[in-house]
Amino acid sequence: MTLISLWYGQNHGLLPIAASNDASEVDGLFNFMMTIATGLFLLVEGVLVYSLIKFRRRKGDTTDGPPMEGNVPLEIFWTAIPTVIVFILSIYSFEIYNRMGGLDPMASGDSGPQMAYAHHHSQLVALDTNRQNVALGLGVSPDSQQGISPLEVKVNGIQYAWVFTYPETGIISGEIHVPINRPVALKMTGGDVIHAFWLPEFRIKQDVIPGRVTNLVFTPNKIGKYPVICAELCGAYHGGMKTQLYVESEEDYQKWVQDNTIAMNDDIDESSVAVNPVSNSDQDFLSPYANNLGVAADALEQLKSQS
Amino acid sequence: MSTTVEKIVPAISDGHKEHPQRKWQDYFGFSTDHKVIGIQYLTTAFFFYFIGGALAEVMRTELATPDPDFVQPEFYNQLLTMHGTIMLFLWIIPAGAAFANYLIPLMIGAEDMAFPRLNAVAFWMIPPGGILLLSSFFNGAPQAGWTSYPPLSLVSGKSGEEIWILSLLLLGTSSMFGAINFVTTILLMRIPDMDIHSMPLFCWSMLATSGLILLGTPVLGAALILLSFDLMAGTAFFNPAGGGDPVVYQHMFWFYSHPAVYIMILPFFGAISEILPVHARKPIFGYRAIAYSSLAISFLGLIVWAHHMFSSGTPGWLRMFFMATTMIIAVPTGIKVFSWCATLWGGKLSLNSALLFAVGFLSSFLIGGLSGVMLASVPFDIHVHDTYFIVAHFHYVLFGGSVFGLFAAVYHWFPKMTGKMVNETLGQIHFVMTFIGFNITFLPMHQLGLQGMNRRIALYDPQFQTLNIICTVGSYILALSTFPFIINIIWSLMKGKKAARNPWRALTLEWQTASPPIIENFEGEPVLWAGPYDYGIDQESIDGDESVEDMLATISAEGQ
Amino acid sequence: MQGSTVDNKSQVTIESEPEATTGHHGHPDHRMFGLYIFLVSDSMTFLGFFAALLIYRAIVPVWPPEGTPELELLIPIINTSILVASSFVMHRGQTALKKNDVKGLQVWFAITAAMGAIFLCGQGYEYFHSEFGLTTNLFASCFYVLTGFHGLHVMTGVLLILSVLWRSRQDEHYTSKSHFGVEAAEIYWHFVDVIWLVLFVLVYLIN
Repeated sequence: MTLISLWYGQNHGLLPIAASNDASEVDGLFNFMMTIATGLFLLVEGVLVYSLIKFRRRKGDTTDGPPMEGNVPLEIFWTAIPTVIVFILSIYSFEIYNRMGGLDPMASGDSGPQMAYAHHHSQLVALDTNRQNVALGLGVSPDSQQGISPLEVKVNGIQYAWVFTYPETGIISGEIHVPINRPVALKMTGGDVIHAFWLPEFRIKQDVIPGRVTNLVFTPNKIGKYPVICAELCGAYHGGMKTQLYVESEEDYQKWVQDNTIAMNDDIDESSVAVNPVSNSDQDFLSPYANNLGVAADALEQLKSQS
Repeated sequence: MSTTVEKIVPAISDGHKEHPQRKWQDYFGFSTDHKVIGIQYLTTAFFFYFIGGALAEVMRTELATPDPDFVQPEFYNQLLTMHGTIMLFLWIIPAGAAFANYLIPLMIGAEDMAFPRLNAVAFWMIPPGGILLLSSFFNGAPQAGWTSYPPLSLVSGKSGEEIWILSLLLLGTSSMFGAINFVTTILLMRIPDMDIHSMPLFCWSMLATSGLILLGTPVLGAALILLSFDLMAGTAFFNPAGGGDPVVYQHMFWFYSHPAVYIMILPFFGAISEILPVHARKPIFGYRAIAYSSLAISFLGLIVWAHHMFSSGTPGWLRMFFMATTMIIAVPTGIKVFSWCATLWGGKLSLNSALLFAVGFLSSFLIGGLSGVMLASVPFDIHVHDTYFIVAHFHYVLFGGSVFGLFAAVYHWFPKMTGKMVNETLGQIHFVMTFIGFNITFLPMHQLGLQGMNRRIALYDPQFQTLNIICTVGSYILALSTFPFIINIIWSLMKGKKAARNPWRALTLEWQTASPPIIENFEGEPVLWAGPYDYGIDQESIDGDESVEDMLATISAEGQ
Repeated sequence: MQGSTVDNKSQVTIESEPEATTGHHGHPDHRMFGLYIFLVSDSMTFLGFFAALLIYRAIVPVWPPEGTPELELLIPIINTSILVASSFVMHRGQTALKKNDVKGLQVWFAITAAMGAIFLCGQGYEYFHSEFGLTTNLFASCFYVLTGFHGLHVMTGVLLILSVLWRSRQDEHYTSKSHFGVEAAEIYWHFVDVIWLVLFVLVYLIN
């Protein structure tokens, strides 16, 4: 039974491919839970089937069964084992969640309903200054490499489409293109009702809520085309609210950026021309984002001295 | 030594008293008799079950194809909203109340509930609440899901939404009035001999259920009142455009709605604890563990609500806290499942309809419980939240759990309630069709969710069609399975074999009075002569010192 | 039934133990217990509203939202004192009844009802003269829903007192021994009072 559980736990084939390291880690967690669940399933169902056959009342036997009312050691055993199991699962899950950036203070705090409110009362709520609690969701992974800045994409969910804006390049698109192996930081909001941004192949999901900014960060490690699915009932055509995430090689990504920037070049001033990040020094590259990333000026100085 | 089928011995030497029988008209009017009210609740609940089921069949027919070609997507959303709302608030919760109403006074030796008129009022709020809800179809039913999250619920199907709110306020109040009765009756009206650790486990579970109803439902009421103000009066409690916060609604809603799912399962946990010992001829294994675990589930159930919001506007620390509490609640639930299995083990199982459904309950609830523990894990839940994995999970615990338990209870107590026996063959056919249909419908949904199919959609990615067709076929089998049940009930009511006072030779007090019970329940105060699960007691005496004669003499001496 | 090998004579009868007393035993009165449970539930509704108010207060950047006029405290403080005092007044009524003084009950209860009515008038005055409406902003909405919901409870309490007064006109309806209605009305009134104190702090004072 243990062997079957172990085998099935690893080979159930129920999940789509994992397109990021985080996704693989979530899969590891799921496989572990599947192994335990399969084992318990076989045990209990086995007991039930066995009982139905072996302990069937013989015809004509109207006597009672044995007066077993309990067995303290056994009960302690089957209280302790589940307790240990859920304890392990909690720790394991906590670890994975942390590694995914779920406890990043930048992303995991709640600043409350802000944006719509700010508009409403023309009171500038400077999101930057309130660095501690900028938004909700998954943030930067604690063991992500320093110095690689995430590609920031602003996401707006409306009935029934996703609109992506790239601050780096000024592109606005209905599809999201990202280069492989670079963290992507989504800053998301809802435009009308609550939607949810779900990337099944990355195992991540976050509600987008009007009046708030929520976050997702992921690092794709496989080139491909992945569905982006709305995962919160948002109206009649909730089922049709889908788009695609394209994970591309660096060259293909740059080509896409060029193609789309040219398309938008007419009325855009030079500050939003696509900058090839590779050519910049760390400090130059980071300076426009220093505020958002919470990188203080002197930290930038340190980087400069290091590079 | 054997316990033979007893002969009915006239208890009073001056002959058997004649007792007035209920007329069928009594069941259609305002009766304060808890037994009538219980049957009224049960039949009303089944009425709404068939309606909710019909809605589901339309949904499943639509889902056989990826395109929305059977119904319009907007109408589909109305169907799913009404299906969920009806099944939860007009089927399962009232069905739990049905058995609670019928059984509690009988099980504790009381003549009726503590507040019979309040009890009747509680029932009579259900039909208007249900009809009001159904009436929303005329001008567009609500279409924001049974969870009704704003802002969507403020901008779509508004007239239906307001009707939905009013209907729920009515049904919630009904539930609370019932719970006041259950708690008072269980705590204060047991016969003196029955201390709290001699009371049947069904009563323990109803105590736990009532606690949740009383503490949770009012908060839903508050949430619905605020939502109603937003919808009708232009306030912005949950509307971001006016400075409000939709996540506050979610917290208030789920503060009730998570305990609600325990409200929906605990009564049937209690029923299973009653049914298994009787048909396995063995005491319940671990009485105190099961009793206390019900209370533990009740208490823990109040501090897990945000596990429905793991991908919502919740900060990371909050998600971790609720993950921990949700994981813990697996422990008392597991204790029950293992105890029930141990009750069966080594027993002498009569494979009648009641027991089959009880075992079906165990096997299905297990799956739902296992998927539930997985869902407690935040990283995993983030992937499957709002997908068909969730749909699979809750149907396994609600249908596989509550409904199978419900059918087990119906078959088990039908003789007591009606004085007739059911047809066992039809019952077994009903079980087999239900079990097969149920699993074919809902098992593939786990995979659908994991693979990427979100929920509450009429149009889906064609890659999922094969599995969806399987689910639809399963749902048609489920639909057909209702026929042997309905035929059985009607036929048995009209022509069923007359039931003895105690056809299952059970030990709890409801079986010590007539079938159906006399209007006052018992003639005089009943005597508690055995614990509720003292099966095998005659075997005990073989090894023990006292002979059965002596034991009986002791008991009768106590009773004088 | 168990032990059937034993002959019938020593079989324990399982039902109809001859009663020592004739007929059914008297029904003890559980209504107070039921009332307490109901009040626990009712307070949960208020708790839901209070929780919402507190969450808004914690997460909305500016609270009360800009432009909210400061709440005038004079009338509410007077109202609070009236309500608290009325609880003591009402208690005198029950004390009187326990000495079988129905007249005393009626006098004190009538005064209590009057004080309740004054409270409601005070609230009405406040509503009429306030500078914000139900939909002005989030705080205003909370204010009206909370005080309004509580006001409904006060109204219910006044009606309960009036119905007690009405019934007391019948001789021997309330005696020093049997006066559930009186006790129930009083417990309910105290409940309304306590809720008001919490509400007053949360809505008027800490903002």
